Amino acid sequence: MAHGQIPIDEYTTGNTTHTWDHAKIKAARKRLATHTYTKREVQRGYADRTLAVDLTAMKITEKPVTDDMKRLFTGGRGFGLKLLWDSIKPTTRWDSPENELIITTGPLCGITQYPGAGKSLCLSISPSTNTICDCNVGGFFGPYLKFAGFDALEIQGKAKEDVVIVIDGEAGTVTIETAPLEETDSHLLAEQLTYLHASEATERARQKVSIVSSGTGAEHSYWGCLNVSFYDIRRKCARMKQAGRGGLGTILRDKKVKGIVVKVENVDGLGNHPADPEKLAAVGIKIHKEIRDLDRYQCNMRAVGTGHLVEIMDAYDLLPCENYRFGSFPKASKLYSPKFYELFTKIIPDGCWHGCTLACAKTVDGYQVKTGPYKGQKATVDGPEYETIGACSNMSLWDPLWVLEFNFYCDTYGIDTISTGTAIAFYMEMYEYGILTRDRCDGLELCFGNADAVLEFMHRMASGDTGTFLSVASKGIRRVRDWIIANGWGPRQLVEDCGMESKGLEYSEYVTKESLAMQGGYGLTLKGPQHDEAWLIFMDMVNNAIPTFKDKAEALHYFPMWRTWFGLNGLCKLPWNDIEPADNAQTSEPPKVPEHVQNYVDVQNAVTGWHVTKEDLILQSERCYNWQRAMNVWMGRGQRKDDWIPYRSMGPVTEMEYVSRKDRYDAQLVDKLGIPKQELEKLEIPKRMQRLYEYRQNQYQKLADAVYHRRGWTPNGVPTPQKMKALGFTDTRMLKMLQQKIDADEKAGLNEWGGKYSGDEKPPTGVKRNTDL
Amino acid sequence: MPDAATAKVLRFHPDRCTGCKECEKACSQVHFKTKEGGHFSALTIIKTNDTYQLHACDQRGLCLDLCPVGALTRNKNGIVLLNTKTCVGCQACVAFCPIGAMRKAPTRIQPFKCISCGACVRACPTHALTLEDIPLQNVRQIVYHKQGV
Repeated sequence: MAHGQIPIDEYTTGNTTHTWDHAKIKAARKRLATHTYTKREVQRGYADRTLAVDLTAMKITEKPVTDDMKRLFTGGRGFGLKLLWDSIKPTTRWDSPENELIITTGPLCGITQYPGAGKSLCLSISPSTNTICDCNVGGFFGPYLKFAGFDALEIQGKAKEDVVIVIDGEAGTVTIETAPLEETDSHLLAEQLTYLHASEATERARQKVSIVSSGTGAEHSYWGCLNVSFYDIRRKCARMKQAGRGGLGTILRDKKVKGIVVKVENVDGLGNHPADPEKLAAVGIKIHKEIRDLDRYQCNMRAVGTGHLVEIMDAYDLLPCENYRFGSFPKASKLYSPKFYELFTKIIPDGCWHGCTLACAKTVDGYQVKTGPYKGQKATVDGPEYETIGACSNMSLWDPLWVLEFNFYCDTYGIDTISTGTAIAFYMEMYEYGILTRDRCDGLELCFGNADAVLEFMHRMASGDTGTFLSVASKGIRRVRDWIIANGWGPRQLVEDCGMESKGLEYSEYVTKESLAMQGGYGLTLKGPQHDEAWLIFMDMVNNAIPTFKDKAEALHYFPMWRTWFGLNGLCKLPWNDIEPADNAQTSEPPKVPEHVQNYVDVQNAVTGWHVTKEDLILQSERCYNWQRAMNVWMGRGQRKDDWIPYRSMGPVTEMEYVSRKDRYDAQLVDKLGIPKQELEKLEIPKRMQRLYEYRQNQYQKLADAVYHRRGWTPNGVPTPQKMKALGFTDTRMLKMLQQKIDADEKAGLNEWGGKYSGDEKPPTGVKRNTDL
Repeated sequence: MPDAATAKVLRFHPDRCTGCKECEKACSQVHFKTKEGGHFSALTIIKTNDTYQLHACDQRGLCLDLCPVGALTRNKNGIVLLNTKTCVGCQACVAFCPIGAMRKAPTRIQPFKCISCGACVRACPTHALTLEDIPLQNVRQIVYHKQGV
């Protein structure tokens, strides 16, 4: 375990050293396209141009960023949506040649003074959901892309053979080169490309290179993630962060891109040329001090990263165990953060971008791989983060070393730990019920807790195994669910209720059953069931701070908009509320962390020279959020039918689950449904479950009504042209499309609120049908 | 690079100080080529009720393990130095120094600190400042990011 104050040259990790013949690898490359560009400085957070690479035509072009684009879309994910809108069709699917993989930055991306400012925003049409998926990811790529000269990178078309795209900010060139001899799996490829492209054979030169890559798992599944590297000068290896959700790595490999390399000439603290560097430094120092003084008493991110959540979730019955059947587990303490703290290397600045003192990117160095093609090698394993640990508790894997093994292979194979874990957990539950068997699973014994089988599943998938089960299972829960139902192997209702996906994407790792607002936070979303739009469990369930539908709808308006804002700017959300000022609880709205909101206002003004208020930040997000929803509608999604969530996320699917929380469910039947206690005693458990099922399904529909209304959408969840105009959009193609959709909904009778209202209750507009449209 | 055995640390003798601040002026001359002292100086002489106090880096080096780009190193004399060419101006060291000895520079993004150069020692008319070699083990501090308190 490394101790502090060791000169950087003397750090050792014990990792296996790889030796490659760099000259041979380079000689085997063929240059397919070259583009030379004028190097210039980033001004006030913007490079003012984007880069487009067409792999079919082998063409590289630059596009200007207009003032209008900045005003309407701000940057980051907003720019990504604008570029997609200009390039794809409503019929574009993930593997269509015109589908784009976009990596964007945002005006605040790359500042070093405020923590969490190195995020790239990645967008594409997802293989899982067939609609837009946006993912944020740390690592050096975003900042370097901008410092090399571009606010965004668009990749369209497909190459005929494996290629690398090299953006050389030192030389001012962009090239597409064949990559026949390069590795594919990320823990090797990221290191290989870093060494190949660093200007000198020094640690500092390697730190100026960042790689985007995926892996062999991404080639054979819908779970491909993008690994974004950040070279660690102490560990002397290229570490990685993941844009995990929605299969973006699958698209990278479908386009036959092995890696994207970006290199910069220089990194200093003012690469963005902010309007007011003094202000920026002052706000930064203030929050760094807060982290210094308070982190260890709050989230303890600097010690264990997001893994601190495991014990909290377990205590509050929210940790997903055995495919979300339970929220806590007797063995869960084996995965509590102290167990991982013992394994992490200490005393190293663990931010995934310079200046992030929240430093949640923990690693285990010298981890000896136990299975598969890299068995026996030693590697630095990034994480595990909470979601990865949650994915393992979901599969009932309770050994920290198996969590590391799962984490290592997911990363290097380029697959998402969340989707992989959640999907396998579903297969395991089906296996437990005898719906899936060893025969039906290509010989895999997928019972809960079988770590060997999980790893074998992954190795076989990554090696391109064409077994029937593996071919379906690697495409996720929705495809397996339909496959089981089509074969008549299990009761349809049970299979549908247990499969934890919505919109085609697997759930992330929180049990949402007992918080209606959190169900909305997962279901009433743009890209799928994901906690990055709203995390309201504590507000709703623990503190009961948002009791009415109106309160919940307000929270499901404000928080998704607020959280969207980070993605427009290239920022990480964690320094917003995973560290709080000491007096935050005494403020008028503690969940919003008002002082930090003001910090962000100050930071955006200091970088861009604008004069925005906190309300303007929400407006920036509202534009982008509604635009993305409208684009989903344009692609035939983004409506009430698409906001469906499985019952496992709403309530107890099986008797065992009901019994595990019997007191809570019985009390709800008495208090909320008015069933007298004596009568309840006479009801069999399945009858009680049925009553709860109907009640909770209706609650969800009523919540959707309230939220759609608050967001300015129709009862079918479509943003109205009036709303879009009020946000400043004048694009007639968009406005016309929305009106046509609303007219078609009107004819189909879909402009009616979805909840069943009785007694004094009324839908949001007072009447069943929305007549304002 | 072998660890230094001792560190050169600035020592203050308040009984000899007259509060003339010649030391601060000399310091700002070293760092920013100005005689202004104050914010431009890496050391501050603070007047309390009946005496003076020195506020400057004691070379404990907690910042060394914080720098993401390795711009902070301890040299062979045990002095903690910032390489401004490597520094990316994140201010983490400024905020995390428990005694506030790493300072935000008024005119540039890279911070600055006492480098035990001796300019202040030479400038002090009453010999209130000295440079002393202290065994590194008495100077050096490491803080683990502990679990909880």
